[in-house]
Amino acid sequence: MLRLEKRPQPSQVWTYTTPLLAVAITMVVGGILFAALGKDPLVAIRTIFWDPMFGQFASYSLPQLLVKAGPLMLIAIGLSFGFRAGVWNIGAEGQYIIGAICGAAVGLAFYPMEARWLIFPLMIIAGFAGGMLWALIPGFLRVRFGTNEILVSLMLVYVAEQLLASMSLGLLRNPEGMGFPGSRNLSQITSSQNLELISGTGMHWGVVFAFIAVIFAYIALSRHMFGFNVRLAGQSPKAAAFSGVNPKRLVLICMGLSGALAGAAGLFEVAGPSGQVSIDFNVGYGFTAIIVAFLGRLHPVGILLAALLMALTYIGGEIAQLTLGLPGAAIQLFQGMLLFFLLAVDVLTNYRIVLAKSEAA
Amino acid sequence: MRETLLELDGLTKAYPGVVANSDVSFQIGKGEVHALLGENGAGKSTLVKTIYGLVKPDSGTMTLEGKPFAPAEPRSARASGIAMVFQHFSLFDALDVAENIALGMENPPAMGDLADRIREVSETYGLPLDPARIVGDLSAGERQRVEIIRCLLQDPKLLIMDEPTSVLTPQEVEILFETLRLLSSEGTAILYISHKLEEIRALCESATILRLGKVVGTCDPRETSAREMAEMMVGSTLHTPEREAKDPGEVVLSIKSLSAPAPHRFGTALKDISIDVRAGEVLGIGGVAGNGQDELVAALSGEMRTGAGMVSLDGQSIGHLMPNARRALGLCAAPEERNGHAAAPDMSLTENATLTGTVRMGLTKNGFVQWHKARSFAEDVIKAFDVRTPGPENAARSLSGGNLQKFVIGREIMQKPRVFVVNQPTWGVDASAAAAIRQALLDLAADGAAVVVISQDLDELMEISDRFAALNGGALSAPRPAQGLTVEEIGLMLGGAHDMEVAHVEA
Repeated sequence: MLRLEKRPQPSQVWTYTTPLLAVAITMVVGGILFAALGKDPLVAIRTIFWDPMFGQFASYSLPQLLVKAGPLMLIAIGLSFGFRAGVWNIGAEGQYIIGAICGAAVGLAFYPMEARWLIFPLMIIAGFAGGMLWALIPGFLRVRFGTNEILVSLMLVYVAEQLLASMSLGLLRNPEGMGFPGSRNLSQITSSQNLELISGTGMHWGVVFAFIAVIFAYIALSRHMFGFNVRLAGQSPKAAAFSGVNPKRLVLICMGLSGALAGAAGLFEVAGPSGQVSIDFNVGYGFTAIIVAFLGRLHPVGILLAALLMALTYIGGEIAQLTLGLPGAAIQLFQGMLLFFLLAVDVLTNYRIVLAKSEAA
Repeated sequence: MRETLLELDGLTKAYPGVVANSDVSFQIGKGEVHALLGENGAGKSTLVKTIYGLVKPDSGTMTLEGKPFAPAEPRSARASGIAMVFQHFSLFDALDVAENIALGMENPPAMGDLADRIREVSETYGLPLDPARIVGDLSAGERQRVEIIRCLLQDPKLLIMDEPTSVLTPQEVEILFETLRLLSSEGTAILYISHKLEEIRALCESATILRLGKVVGTCDPRETSAREMAEMMVGSTLHTPEREAKDPGEVVLSIKSLSAPAPHRFGTALKDISIDVRAGEVLGIGGVAGNGQDELVAALSGEMRTGAGMVSLDGQSIGHLMPNARRALGLCAAPEERNGHAAAPDMSLTENATLTGTVRMGLTKNGFVQWHKARSFAEDVIKAFDVRTPGPENAARSLSGGNLQKFVIGREIMQKPRVFVVNQPTWGVDASAAAAIRQALLDLAADGAAVVVISQDLDELMEISDRFAALNGGALSAPRPAQGLTVEEIGLMLGGAHDMEVAHVEA
C-alpha cells in the first residue's frame, strides 16, 4: 500500500522536477486523448511541441512565440506576487481589457497628432493605470468590507467584457470604418503603433517590458524587503503581522501591481499584434497567465520558461488544428491538463511516497 | 499489591531519525494513579498514543486484564475501556456541550437522555456543566470538563490525561484531583502525564520516568523529592537561575487604561489595564489561558494598535505605532506560538532572523535585505543561545520546539531591547532549555531592560519575577511583590475556582 509522508524540508529536487514531470504526464495523457479522437498521438504531440520551432512554417511561427509569451509573462509576473502573498486576483483578463481600452483611448484621442515621443509613453502609462485601477476595485472592497477578491475580480472580467463591447461599438468606434465595430487600427498609426523592434523575432515593446518585469521581480523577491514580506505573508500571515507587515496595504499593493502589469499587457497587445479595440479583442491571456504563474512555481525565471511553453502549446495547437483537424477544445483541454497535473504532482515537493508495510498488529 | 490492569512489554517505536520509544515496559494496576514523567521529546506522547491505538508499535506487546491488547484504532481502544483527555481539546466552538459529547460517542443516546446523563455524571464527580451551553463561551477549565465527562460516560477502566492542569488555576487543579481520587477509589486506573512534579507528588502513587524514549526509573512520588525526580528526567543536576538583588530603575514601559475590543469572535477584550514596568525589573503576568494574554502581547508588540497614549515607552506614546516603529524605539516581543507566529516554519533561520531583526540590527539598506548580515546575525543567535541546528540555512520547522524557542527568544534578546515582552517563554521546552531561557531573561533585566513575562507556569513566574500580576477576563490585577506570595493568594488573583465545586464524595 502506498502512503504519503511529510518531508521535514521541502525537496529541492522535486521543486524543479515537478513541472517537467507534469509536462511529461500531460503529453502521455494528451496523447491518449488525441488517439481517442482518431489522430496519431505521436504526430499530434510533435505538431504541438516540435513543429512551431523546427517545422516547415517555423519562420512564421517562431516570432509568434515571443508575441504570445510576452503578455503571458507580464501578467503572470504580476499575479505571482499576489499568489505568493495569498491575494487571489483571478480577474487579470478584465484588467488586461481595461488597460487596452484606456491605452487605446489615449492614442485615439491624440489622432492624428504625430508626436510619438509623447503619445506612446502616455498610452503605456494609461495602460498601467487602467489595469491598476480596475484591480484596485476588488482590492479596496476586500480591505474595506472583507469581500472575497476571487469572486469580485472574476465578476469584473465580465463587466470589462461588456465595456469592451460598448467601446468598440460606440465611443471608440472608427468613424471611418463604414459602421463596422472596432476602433481605428492603432498598429497602422505611426504615433501609437507597437511593432516589432527587430524584424523576424516577434520582439515588441511589450516583450521588452515583460523581460524587465522578470528581472525586477527576481530582484524584488530574492533581495528586497517587499519580496520578503510578500513571501512571509503568504507562508505565515500571523508571523507577517508580528513582523510588522501591514496586511491591508499588502493586499492593495499586490492587487495594484498585478492589475498594472495586466493592463500594460493589454495596451501592448491592442497597439501591436491585435491592432484595434474590437469585441473579441481578448483571447484569454489573463486566465492562461494563472496557469503560467503556477507552472513557473511563482518564480520569475520559472514564469519566463512556463510562458514560452504555454505560447508553444498555443501556436502548436493552432498548427494542429490546421494540419490535423484537431478541435480547438481538445487543445484547451490539453492546456488545462498541464495545470491539473502540476498541482497533482506538486504533492511530491512536500511529501514522499513510502511503501507502507502490511497492517499487521 | 493491586491487580494488574495493563501491562506494557518491550514497546518500541521508531520514526525516521528518532527512536520515540525503546523497549518500554511497565504495569498499571486497577485503580492506580500512575504518573508518566519525562521532558518534552522523551516519548510520553508516543507511548500514550500507542495505548490509545493512534500509533502502532514496531515491536512489543500490551496486555489488558490478561488478554493481548493491540488496538488498531482509537475506537477499539475505547471499546476495551481506554479513554483519553488530550492536552489540546478537540471540541467544536459553535456546538453546545451535549452535541460535542455526542460527536465523540459510538452510539450516542437521544439528546434528552444524553443531557440527563451528563448532568448526572457531572454532579457525581463534581464537574458542574450545563449540557446546553455553547462550547465557544466556556472557559478552558470548563472545556476540559467536557472532555472528561465525555470519557466518563464510557465507564473507562483506564483514563489517560495528557498535561491536564496547564489550563487550570490552583483551585481548579485541587478540584480536578478530588475528582481523579474519587475515580481511582472506584477502581478506574489513571495514567497521568505531566512534568509538574509537585502535582504528581500530590496525586500519584507510582511513577514511570522516561528519558529519550527509554524507561530510566520508577519511583513512589509520595516518597521522592521533586528535585530527585527532575534529575531523573533530565539525567543531570539542575541549574537554578541566579538573580541578584537590585534597585528598580526609572519607569520604561507605561500602560495606562489600556482597553481594546476582542480582535476575533472567541478572543478576549482588554479591560482598563494600567501598570508601569521599571528598568531592571521582571514583571510576571499569570493567568489561565484565554484570559487576554495573546491580546495583551499583540497590543504591546504593535500587532494590534490602540489609542496612542495607552502604551508609552520612555514617556513617548507608542500605542498607535506599527511593530517596526516600536522595535526602533526599543520594544521587542515574542508571542506564544513559535510555529507560524513568532517564526515562519518554512523559512530558513536566516530569514527568520530577518523577521524582526531588520530595524535594530541594520539588516537592510535602501529596502534591500543584506543577506550576509542577516546570516551572521542568525549565526550569532544560534551560537549565543546554543540552538542545536546544522546551520542558519535550515528551515525553522526542522528544529525541535525547545531549540526554536531558544532561537526566537535569543533573536529578540540579541537586539538589546529596552523592553522585552514574552508570552510563554518555556512552553513545551525541556527543562535544561527552560532554565537557560529563564537565565537569559534575568540577565536581560540585570542589564537594565524592563522584562514582561506572561506565562501559565506559576512556578516559573515565582522563580523569575520581581512583581506578579494576574490576567483574568482581560483585566489585570494590581501587581504584588512576587516574594512571599502563596499559592492560595495567586489562585485567588487568577480568579479563584471559576465556580467549580469539590466532588460530592458519596459512599
